[in-house]
Amino acid sequence: MRYLAAQSVAEAAKALAAEAGVTRILSGGTDVLVQLKAGMVEPDLIVDVKKLPGMREIRAEAGGFRVGAAVAGAELGEHKAFCAAWPGVAEGFQLIGSTQVQGRATMAGNLCNASPAADSVPALVAGGVVARIAGPDGERDLAVVDIPAGPGRTNLKKGEFITSFLFPARAKGASDAYLRFIPRTEMDIAVSSAAVNLTIGADGKVSAAEVALGAVAPTVVRVPEAAKAIIGTKLDDAALAAMAKACEAACNPIDDKRGTIAFRTHTAGVLACRAAHIAYERAGGKA
Amino acid sequence: MAFDEYQKREFKQVGTRPNRPDGVDKVTGRAMYGADMTLPGMLVGRILRSPHAHAKIKSIDASAALALKGVKAVVTGADFARPEDDFLRDVQENCMARGKALYDGHAVAAVAAIDAATAKAALKLIKVDYEILPHVTDVDAAMKAGAPIVQDGRTLENVPAGMSGNVTSHSEFGHGDPAAGFAKADKVVERSFKTAATHQGYIEPHAAVASVTTDGKGELWCCTQGHFFVRTLCAGMLGMEASQLRVTPSEIGGGFGGKTTVFIEPVALMLSKKAGRPVKVVMTRDEVFRATGPTVSTSIDVKIGMTKDGRITAGEAYLRYSGGAFPCGTIDMGGQAAFAAYDLEHVRTYGWNVLTNRPKEAAYRAPGAPQAIYAVESVVDELCLALKLDPLDVRLKNAAKKGTKSSYGPTFPDIGLVATLEAAHKHPHYTAPLGPNQARGLSCGFWFNFGGNTCVSLNVNTDGTVGITEGNPDIGGSRASVSLMAAEELGIPYEQIRTIVADTNSLGYNDVTDGSRVTFAVGLATIKAARDAVRKMCQRAAKIWDIDEEAVEWKDGAAVPAGPNAGKFPPMTLAEIAADSFATGGPIAGHHEVNVDGAGVSFGVHLVDVEVDKDTGATKVLRYTIFQDAGKAVHPDYVEGQMQGGAVQGIGWALNEEYIYGKDGRLQNAGFLDYRIPVASDLPPIETVILEIPNPGHPYGVRGVGETPIVPPLAAISNAVSRAIGTRMCELPMSPPRILKAIGTTA
Ligand SMILES: Cc1cc2nc3c(=O)[nH]c(=O)nc-3n(C[C@H](O)[C@H](O)[C@H](O)COP(=O)(O)OP(=O)(O)OC[C@H]3O[C@@H](n4cnc5c(N)ncnc54)[C@H](O)[C@@H]3O)c2cc1C
Repeated sequence: MRYLAAQSVAEAAKALAAEAGVTRILSGGTDVLVQLKAGMVEPDLIVDVKKLPGMREIRAEAGGFRVGAAVAGAELGEHKAFCAAWPGVAEGFQLIGSTQVQGRATMAGNLCNASPAADSVPALVAGGVVARIAGPDGERDLAVVDIPAGPGRTNLKKGEFITSFLFPARAKGASDAYLRFIPRTEMDIAVSSAAVNLTIGADGKVSAAEVALGAVAPTVVRVPEAAKAIIGTKLDDAALAAMAKACEAACNPIDDKRGTIAFRTHTAGVLACRAAHIAYERAGGKA
Repeated sequence: MAFDEYQKREFKQVGTRPNRPDGVDKVTGRAMYGADMTLPGMLVGRILRSPHAHAKIKSIDASAALALKGVKAVVTGADFARPEDDFLRDVQENCMARGKALYDGHAVAAVAAIDAATAKAALKLIKVDYEILPHVTDVDAAMKAGAPIVQDGRTLENVPAGMSGNVTSHSEFGHGDPAAGFAKADKVVERSFKTAATHQGYIEPHAAVASVTTDGKGELWCCTQGHFFVRTLCAGMLGMEASQLRVTPSEIGGGFGGKTTVFIEPVALMLSKKAGRPVKVVMTRDEVFRATGPTVSTSIDVKIGMTKDGRITAGEAYLRYSGGAFPCGTIDMGGQAAFAAYDLEHVRTYGWNVLTNRPKEAAYRAPGAPQAIYAVESVVDELCLALKLDPLDVRLKNAAKKGTKSSYGPTFPDIGLVATLEAAHKHPHYTAPLGPNQARGLSCGFWFNFGGNTCVSLNVNTDGTVGITEGNPDIGGSRASVSLMAAEELGIPYEQIRTIVADTNSLGYNDVTDGSRVTFAVGLATIKAARDAVRKMCQRAAKIWDIDEEAVEWKDGAAVPAGPNAGKFPPMTLAEIAADSFATGGPIAGHHEVNVDGAGVSFGVHLVDVEVDKDTGATKVLRYTIFQDAGKAVHPDYVEGQMQGGAVQGIGWALNEEYIYGKDGRLQNAGFLDYRIPVASDLPPIETVILEIPNPGHPYGVRGVGETPIVPPLAAISNAVSRAIGTRMCELPMSPPRILKAIGTTA
């Protein structure tokens, strides 16, 4: 096993593309090192991308934020302006692990580890966040929702990796929220989860919304029907019931040691409704 | 005067809360745990484990592994002689399979190599030819006709004919005529329950360093609850004499019963013997879950009859326990404990142990009792609800007390159940208001407790301090408690005493640290060793004063003349006598060796408030109060710690912890991520109320407290959840999917 602490984006992409064997990118390592230790993967090459220029920066861009791919949970959590604009993204990211894990874990790692239960991903999907990808053929942009391909798989090509995320400019009256269900209060994996990103118009009604669910399908799923159910409403009971129903219809989960199909499906709807309430209140709405 | 007997006294130090002696070492990382031992030339041992739940081992070919550079030895079941004794053979075959792999994770071979990477590579080179056999992991399925037979020919004669070959033993306890009792009841409730196997969840994995030399001497360092027993087992398996195998226990990072047997120790010894070098084996967490000893998994039917005014007329329980792939006696303790809290005219329990393709059960605090008492206390709660009776009043009305013929035979002496129930009744928790979706549950708990073989030395140092050597690994603060009892008896400050746990060569046999026996039994032996030393110090003083030995007595840490006729001498302190000891007959030491009887049973009552989120099935534990009889709390911090720790483990057991097997018979959750013990933020503050009803069998009245507290939480929480959702929960753990299903929210 070789370890490369790449000095430039090009060097990293080249090395990853050239390696014939198994590669892993090392960001926080909170997935990779655990998998190494458990013998789940034996990479031939590990490329550390944390030290590349810009990877740990948070800066303003196009009225929104560009967040470096290697920014750790604890770092993002200390960025007041970001957290005010994207509280749902921040809370999803910060749910990951413990204080120690927060010092290392990244959104890029969470996304590219490609677990359907990844906690930072639903809010990124609901937020319409776009990843910037570097690779042997240069840069490209890809929406976060299009990155996971299935459990443990992404749509990134050989040699590609994420360098940053662009969070679009926020409209007035916009906010988001993320909730997950775990049987404990922390240090656990989501059995189901939901992120809601919404904007409230001057009339107090939801004018735009995006809903994404985690742990209920092979990848995080966007649920436009659930969003439609609450647009034009003040989250009255009928709207929420329709939203829950749409969420349940979008679920395609598995039965496993963490939960049953029926349980995941039901709670995904419950969490989406609760998250919608929280986002609505954060956006200044009064239900 | 019999020293064993309790005598009322005013304590000066017992009952105080001095600093713990192991605190600094533990918080600074200096404590030597099992994996911290290293020896020159030491090899790394690793174990190859069966990936199958049940398979015939047709052959093992280790030639490629042995040919790998750096590999020094390979061990398989064939390296061990086959012990004649059933018990020893089972323990051995659990450490290293022979002929068949009986569960996922069963050890089939081991290697010793110069480093971890080589050992790991060598494991992959061992070729095991398996013939996969049908398996069974569920206790009820294993009892059915036609179930795969885990081990043939293990059925004891007391098992009725016609049962599955997996049923290994049967037991019955009780008295009276339950049928007659049920006929007198106004209401009879009958229910079936299931409880999942759980793991003790100790944080320190098993670790051992073994060194066997060519002259046949062996040294073993390991984390264990009982190194004398480790010596017995390992010497038996390796054909060694006890004198040639010295076992030294490390500091221990939790055991809770799970470290009362051996898993890797004989393997490490055999690897060392074959390699001619010391070998260290440390389990991974995955191995700990798959291949050490969880609890029994159970299936239980309980039937109880009650009159309108809350008198229990009869109780009956049918208990089916599986202790995994080997015969297991835990069922007997379940049957005995089930109704122990009640004074019943008609009571009967029937128990069966059943083989399944699961790891061999090991003890876990009060083995067998939590499950049986969970089922009984659930039915009692259901009767209270149905008859609109107060659950504490009903327990008080039926409580076992002094003179009660217990459901398992003996007649109780002084016991503390009524006192704990009354304390719970008076406590503000019992009547505190509850909010929506909240409910309160309670349960009684019981454990027998144990005394056993104990040997203690107490050495008086010439500077007036004292060293105590005892042979029971300290898993719950026993070094502090032993020092406190010696300080009390000798009349010197606690700080001047240091207690250590010594190796197998330093003392006579000490039983394992289990059965809540150590503060009781080692405490008793320490008190007597101190009295032995006191007698000797009185002799020295008599010699110096030139008076009769009988004319000297011990008071406040000094020899004094026994009365006006003895002569007028100023008190001679322990330090003065010790300083002069070389001139008065040599070093001074006290000893005591005993097989202790008279461990008093211990009862507890737990009260818990929960809130259930009916949309997600999540249960939050809001408030928790424990009432328990400690006899005498020697070091109350530790007693409270035992009570709180038991409750916490019970909360995990009730709500989330379980061994989950896939259809392939493999364990699905062999790690702390999916084997969910509670985290700190899951728990409310746990209030403790210590009752002190002296145990007549101990000089200070001490009773063991370590096991009883894990007994009540299962039923207390289940009763609370059942009341909160309006449906009786009959299966543990009450994980959120099970609760939603019980409510009817999900199909
Ligand atoms: C104790 C503990 C608790 C945890 N709790 C949670 C939790 O609650 N919720 C949760 O979702 N996860 C949890 N995790 C998993 C893990 O912490 C997260 O998935 C984390 O976000 C991974 O980020 P990382 O930077 O550490 O990734 P790494 O381990 O560095 O990498 C993970 C994967 O992503 C790839 N990768 C990394 N960086 C990039 C990049 N820039 N471009 C492309 N691919 C990349 C790697 O090749 C690897 O396959 C936990 C882990 C631990 C150890």
